Amino acid sequence: MTQELNLTLQVWRQEGASDPGHFETYAANGISEDMSFLEMLDIINEDLIENDQIPIEFDHDCREGICGTCSLMINGQAHGQEKATTTCQLHMRKFNDGDTIVVEPFRARAFPVVKDLVVDRSSFDRIIESGGYISVNTGAASDANLTPVPKEAADTSFDAAACIGCGACVAACPNSAAQLFTSAKLAHLNLIPQGQSQRFERTETMVDTMETFFGSCTNHGECHEACPKEISLDFIAFMNRDYVKAKMKNRKLAGQS
Amino acid sequence: MVATSTNPQGSTPIFRRKLQLPFPLNIYQSSIGRKWVMALTGIGLLGFVIVHMIGNFHIYEGPVQLHEYAETLRGLGGGLFPRTFLLWLLRIGLAGMFLLHIHSAYSLKERSRKASDKADFVGGEKKYGSKRDYVAANYASRTMRWTGPIVLLYLLFHLADLTWGWWLGDDYVLGDPYHNVVASLSSLPVAIIYVVATVALSIHIFHGTWSLFQSLGINNPKYNDLRRTLAKLIAGIVLVGNLSFPVLVTAKLIDDDNRKCEVGDVACLEHEAEKH
Repeated sequence: MTQELNLTLQVWRQEGASDPGHFETYAANGISEDMSFLEMLDIINEDLIENDQIPIEFDHDCREGICGTCSLMINGQAHGQEKATTTCQLHMRKFNDGDTIVVEPFRARAFPVVKDLVVDRSSFDRIIESGGYISVNTGAASDANLTPVPKEAADTSFDAAACIGCGACVAACPNSAAQLFTSAKLAHLNLIPQGQSQRFERTETMVDTMETFFGSCTNHGECHEACPKEISLDFIAFMNRDYVKAKMKNRKLAGQS
Repeated sequence: MVATSTNPQGSTPIFRRKLQLPFPLNIYQSSIGRKWVMALTGIGLLGFVIVHMIGNFHIYEGPVQLHEYAETLRGLGGGLFPRTFLLWLLRIGLAGMFLLHIHSAYSLKERSRKASDKADFVGGEKKYGSKRDYVAANYASRTMRWTGPIVLLYLLFHLADLTWGWWLGDDYVLGDPYHNVVASLSSLPVAIIYVVATVALSIHIFHGTWSLFQSLGINNPKYNDLRRTLAKLIAGIVLVGNLSFPVLVTAKLIDDDNRKCEVGDVACLEHEAEKH
C-alpha cells in the first residue's frame, strides 16, 4: 500500500539570464511515495500545463543516475539530502507528508541560469576540451591487454571516472570551486599508462582552464558529501601535487616528463 | 593541447590569466600554486608559533631564565654573525611569510567571491535561498576568514604590548620580559584579549594543519587519518600551552613576588644569568 504525500514546494522561477528570478510556491498533493523527485515535478508541470501556465523547466535525461544531466538544490543540498544519489534517483518516500521543499538551481557564476532550474554547465566542457582526453592513433583496435595496467591503478582510475559531471560539487562548494570535478577527470586519465605521456601538460591546461571559471578550494569537503558518485577528496590532493610538479618539470628533457 | 573553443552563450571567465611570469613566479599566479604557498608559509608560521610557545615556557623557570632566553635569541648564531643579525633575519623571514600567507588568502577569497553567483553574497557563503546545511565543513574551516584577521589584529596588539611596550609606558622594562608579561597580563581586559586570540589561533591551526596536507598533495590512505590526529594534537598543544600564560598570571601563580632581582634591575638579571 503506497502512501500519498501532500507537499508544499518553493520553486525558483526565472525567465532567463536577465530576469532576477523569484520563488514560487506550489502545492503538490497526492504524490505517490514511489515517485522520483523528477516524476513529482512532472506531475506539477502537467497541472501547470492544464491550467495554461508555463511549466517549470528542469534538466533531466537518463533518469537512472548515470548521465549527470539532472541537478537541483533540494532544501539546500545538491541532489537532495540522500547520500550518493542523483535527483532522478531520489524517491519521494524520503520526504514526510506536509513537508515544505525548497528547490533551486545549482549556483555559481560559471553556471548561469538558462531558465528556472536549468543552468548552463558548459564551463565543464571548456575544462574537458583543454585536456580531458588521450591522444592515440586511430585505425584498427589494438590487442586487448596490450598495455598492462596495475589492478589498483585501474580500480582507482575507475573510481575517478565514475564522475558524471553533474556539477553538484560546484553547487555545494561555498567557494564555487570545481576542484573535485577537475581532479576526478585528471585522475581518471593520469593514473593509467594510456594517460602518462600527456599527464603534466594535461594537468596544467585543465587546471588553468578551471581557474578561469571557478573559485579556489578551501578544503571544506562539502563537494565530496554532495557528490552523487562519492568522488574522493584524495583526487584533489593528487591534482594539487601534479600541478606543482608540472610547473617544476622540464619536459624537454627525457625522464622528466 | 588544443585551444578551447569560445563559450557560445554560457558563462564568462571570472579571471583571465595575464602574461605568464617567469618561473617560479608563475606558480603564484595560479590558485593551486597560491594554496601551495599558503600551505608552505603556514608550516613556517606554525613552526614559529610552536617554537615561540616553547621558548615562553621559560617563564615558569623564573625571571633570570626568561631573560637568558631572550638574550640567547638576540645572540643567535654565536660568533658567526653580528649580534641580533640572525634574529632580524628570522623576523624578516617571518614577516615575509606572514604577508604571503595573508595575500594568498585574501586574493583567493576574492577569486571565490567572484566565482559565486551573486556578488553580494560575501565570500560565497550564502549562495542559496533555503537554509543551507553544511555537511562536511566544520566550524574551523568555515571561520578561517575570521580567525585569520583576529590573529593578525592580535599580533599587532601583542607587538605593541610586549615588544614596543606602548601601553605599559613607564612600567615597560627592556630586558626584563618576565616583569613585562606579568605587568601586562595582570590587567583582566588584556588577559581576555590573549585568551580570545589563543582560541582563535588554535581554531585556525586546527583546519590549517589538516588543510595544508591537501594543498601540498600529501595524501596517502596509509596515513590520511593521522593528518586529522596531528591537526587535533597541534591545535590542542597550542591552545593549552598558550592559554597557560594569561590564566596563570590572572590566578597570580606567576607574579613579581619573591624575585631574586628587583623589577627592572637588568644588571642583576645578567649577573644571575652568568652564574648558570
